[in-house]
Amino acid sequence: MFDKFAIERRQFLRAAALGGAGASLAGVMPAWAQAVSSGLVPLPTVSGTEIALSIGRVAVRVDGKVSREIGINGTVPGPLIRLKEGQHVRLKVTNTLDEDSSIHWHGLLVPFTMDGVPGVSFPGIKPHSTFDYQFDVSQSGTYWYHSHSGYQEEDGLYGPIVIDPAGVDPVAYDREHVLVLSDHSPMSGAMIFKKLKQMGGGYFNMQRLTLSGQLAGRDMTPAERHQWAQMRMDPADIADVTGSTYNYTVNGHGPFDNWTGLFSAGERVRLRIINAAAQTTFNVRIPDLPMTIVQADGQNVRPVTIDEFQIGVAETYDVIVTPQDRAYSFISESIDRSGLGRATIAPRAGMIAPVPPLRPRPLLTMADMGMAGMDHGGSMAGMDMSKAPNPATARGVDPSAEQNASRNLWKLTGWKEPTDHGSMAATAATMVMSGQQSGSMAGMDMGQSASARPSSPSDSMAGMDMGSMNMRDLSKAPQVKDGPGVQTISPMPTDRSGEPPVGLEGLDHRVLVYRDLVALTRNPDVRAPSRSMDIHLTGNMERYMWSFDGVKMSDPAAPIPFRLGERVRVTLINDTMMPHPIHLHGHFFELVIGHGANAPRKHTVNVPPGSKMTFDLTASAAGDWAFHCHNLYHMTAGMMRVVTVRPITGEAA
Amino acid sequence: MTRLDLGLLLAATAAVAIAAPAAAQMNHMNMPGMNMPGMKMPMPAKKPTAKKPTTKKPVAKKPAAAKAGAKKAGARTAIAKKVTPTKRPGPAKADPMAGHDMSAMPGMEMPAGHDMAGMTNMPAAGTDLPPGNAPPPPVPTDHAADTAYGAQNMAMGRHHLKEGHGGQKLSQVMVNLAETQFRNGHDGFEWNGEGWYGGDINRLWVKSEGDGNFGRSIKRAEVQALYSHAIGPYFNLQGGLRYDFKPNPSRVYATIGLEGLAPGFFELDSQLFLSNKGELLARAEAYYDQRITQRLILQPRAELNFAAQSTRETGTGAGLSDAEIGLRLRYDIRREFAPYVGVQYRRAFGDTRKYLREAGEDPGGFSLLTGIHFWF
Repeated sequence: MFDKFAIERRQFLRAAALGGAGASLAGVMPAWAQAVSSGLVPLPTVSGTEIALSIGRVAVRVDGKVSREIGINGTVPGPLIRLKEGQHVRLKVTNTLDEDSSIHWHGLLVPFTMDGVPGVSFPGIKPHSTFDYQFDVSQSGTYWYHSHSGYQEEDGLYGPIVIDPAGVDPVAYDREHVLVLSDHSPMSGAMIFKKLKQMGGGYFNMQRLTLSGQLAGRDMTPAERHQWAQMRMDPADIADVTGSTYNYTVNGHGPFDNWTGLFSAGERVRLRIINAAAQTTFNVRIPDLPMTIVQADGQNVRPVTIDEFQIGVAETYDVIVTPQDRAYSFISESIDRSGLGRATIAPRAGMIAPVPPLRPRPLLTMADMGMAGMDHGGSMAGMDMSKAPNPATARGVDPSAEQNASRNLWKLTGWKEPTDHGSMAATAATMVMSGQQSGSMAGMDMGQSASARPSSPSDSMAGMDMGSMNMRDLSKAPQVKDGPGVQTISPMPTDRSGEPPVGLEGLDHRVLVYRDLVALTRNPDVRAPSRSMDIHLTGNMERYMWSFDGVKMSDPAAPIPFRLGERVRVTLINDTMMPHPIHLHGHFFELVIGHGANAPRKHTVNVPPGSKMTFDLTASAAGDWAFHCHNLYHMTAGMMRVVTVRPITGEAA
Repeated sequence: MTRLDLGLLLAATAAVAIAAPAAAQMNHMNMPGMNMPGMKMPMPAKKPTAKKPTTKKPVAKKPAAAKAGAKKAGARTAIAKKVTPTKRPGPAKADPMAGHDMSAMPGMEMPAGHDMAGMTNMPAAGTDLPPGNAPPPPVPTDHAADTAYGAQNMAMGRHHLKEGHGGQKLSQVMVNLAETQFRNGHDGFEWNGEGWYGGDINRLWVKSEGDGNFGRSIKRAEVQALYSHAIGPYFNLQGGLRYDFKPNPSRVYATIGLEGLAPGFFELDSQLFLSNKGELLARAEAYYDQRITQRLILQPRAELNFAAQSTRETGTGAGLSDAEIGLRLRYDIRREFAPYVGVQYRRAFGDTRKYLREAGEDPGGFSLLTGIHFWF
């Protein structure tokens, strides 16, 4: 009854807001994404062997604000496509736009001609025409789909895919929900890209280092600030596009819309979490509710229980939670903490749980510049670094830093004490800094422990003369083409797959690291790679240029060739100060992180700044495939290549 | 408490961890992404050694039957015959690896590489094996999709692919200064702006600057049209023409210069000018945006003009002819729109000063100013 009323009321408000504008507002959300959802059973979704999808303009409402987007079948996100392993599927996609469009089935192993990348695998879907995608479904798990044309992914063209296994699912659960995370902006993707080109990282970042922060003793010391400035690098450049324009959504709902997923107490609930954002890396946690990761990128992994994980753009994680008879807040906090997405998991509709405050925006460190391999201070090894809190957490963030409206949710939801361990030190630090001395707070212990570590990692390195370090020694990366698009070369990149991701250092709860992921089953190909290759991830924040090996897609770039069936060890070397979620179409690769024949298999790997990430790839699918950074604006700036897999003809293998 | 308490959750997790390798033995053919050729090899039908979990909710259901038969294979299985599976590690040996999953307590994270500890007695396999040194294959020159969709259809798609992934042509118009200046004598005005159009490396630039006094004619007005070429991560080499509308008589200059971002985030612009009358001039301009807060920004700025010779016609004296030093405090209402207030000191030197005095003009001094910084 309540549900029905709520939905009717929403519709009424939409109609009232639109008036006679003539825009077709997104109809009722797809059932799985309605404001209150009881889960995916029975399947309120598109499924079967014949599926019709229609791409078109829709108006969507996020946190009360209406904006024009591109949706599928009238909604953003698009409908959940539910398939069964072993079936054949035909997806007729009609483009009602006046521009080209496309849909790429992210993570699905399909013939390359059905992969949906205009200019690589097919010509694209012309305006007012229909394209017939047909393929066999040979896998199971959580995936998603999105446009590969222009900036349509930012503009709303994305949706989830769930494929049920043909046999018994090794993951047992009583109920499942899909949580599609995204970043919603009233600006068009094309306009966001233009602003980035015009002003680099300074346009959207409202948490930069300032003089007021320096005078208040926040963030970094004057000496450190000077060193970073000499390198023309911004340690507060955590995200290119931030909460200053983004509203972070869950299933198309803003943090104040509060999408709610229902469960019954005692159930094992499977959350299929998809990062469908255009540009945002999220830190995901559910305060008071541990999550057991059972699947990554649609591939089952040995269960690992954690309290928080970072999810790069285009990655998916399936987690099992066993909630008690109370409400929980699902938090997807943007990596730069300029805002958060929020949903509620509750036994009954209408319940809410306290939402934690935004934690301090982290700062980049020496390790993020690829200097982790350097011996800095005797016994202080990399592990110590990762245990130490971020300098911004220890000293507090710039007093003038701005976050989006979600910063107020903690006050509105009655968040009282920092029961959430991850934010304890942060909250305490904020309290001390802002002088709100509420002495009897339980969190004061944590405050002391934070202040008991006055020497942050960067402190101990302040003595090092970073300025004299050559941050652009191209002899360390001879394959990189020298040019204006290469701002830095990591002097000593290291494997950081065992370290907490950017900004999650030093938390007192369990944070997923890639090395925790172990494939549930033995890898299908356990041969030794026949060769190895490096690919450098390069960029220039000042010009907003992004590339592989210093060469943009448009330069033009030659394709990266593989022999059909060969196994190759590929090392990605991140010469930039941002994580890059690198995605290869049509394949899974195995991360080389010490798990032998049970290496986790992924379609997208988020390479930490200043680090190396290695994977073994069996080039098993003939054809031309897209290979790119899945941060939309890095890809559209040029961080993309064609990978071509060809049968061996006439050449000795 | 209830069966939901933490202990049971951990037990359940552990059960999954223990049962997982067993399930892997039997169920791998049903796993996502497992249609890879290596797995088509017949496996020993090994019974799981792990006991069935005793929790109320079994977390790893026993598969009905292990489907070891060949799956429907498409083109993706072309390498089947080449694959030689190495010895499979048994579940008992794999358990220590999974065991760390149970460490639910904070601070229990093991050092990096701990997963290897339990595996030292196992033969290296899969990603633990070192790579060979085979040469890469040649780079094909054709496009795979052409055969399916036609070369002509794909050519247009490839064009858009390039244009949309690094080949964009964009533009910006930036008016750094547009201000009214209040000073003793005649209040004046000044502008300084630039615009560009193009890609990342090559751009067409237009620059303009000038000043004057209200109620009198514009004293100085110039426009430059430049071709700009990026020569490094931070700097652009710029060459082209400058035309001075004022002072009269006008001049045309050929110009070459360097524009970009210096260490410390200083914006620099230095130019050489050679006029159609053979006069050689130079200019250096620098500014720095000091953020006081995210929106309140103090911009110190200096502009120095030099000449190789004195030219009475244009009122330019040899050496350092004139200098401007200003301090402007702006507030970014939006990044694109920021009103400001400030103070500027201008001074003419040497012959420039002399020429101004002779013409009854003001040779310099302080002015207070207010204006708008905007771009689009």
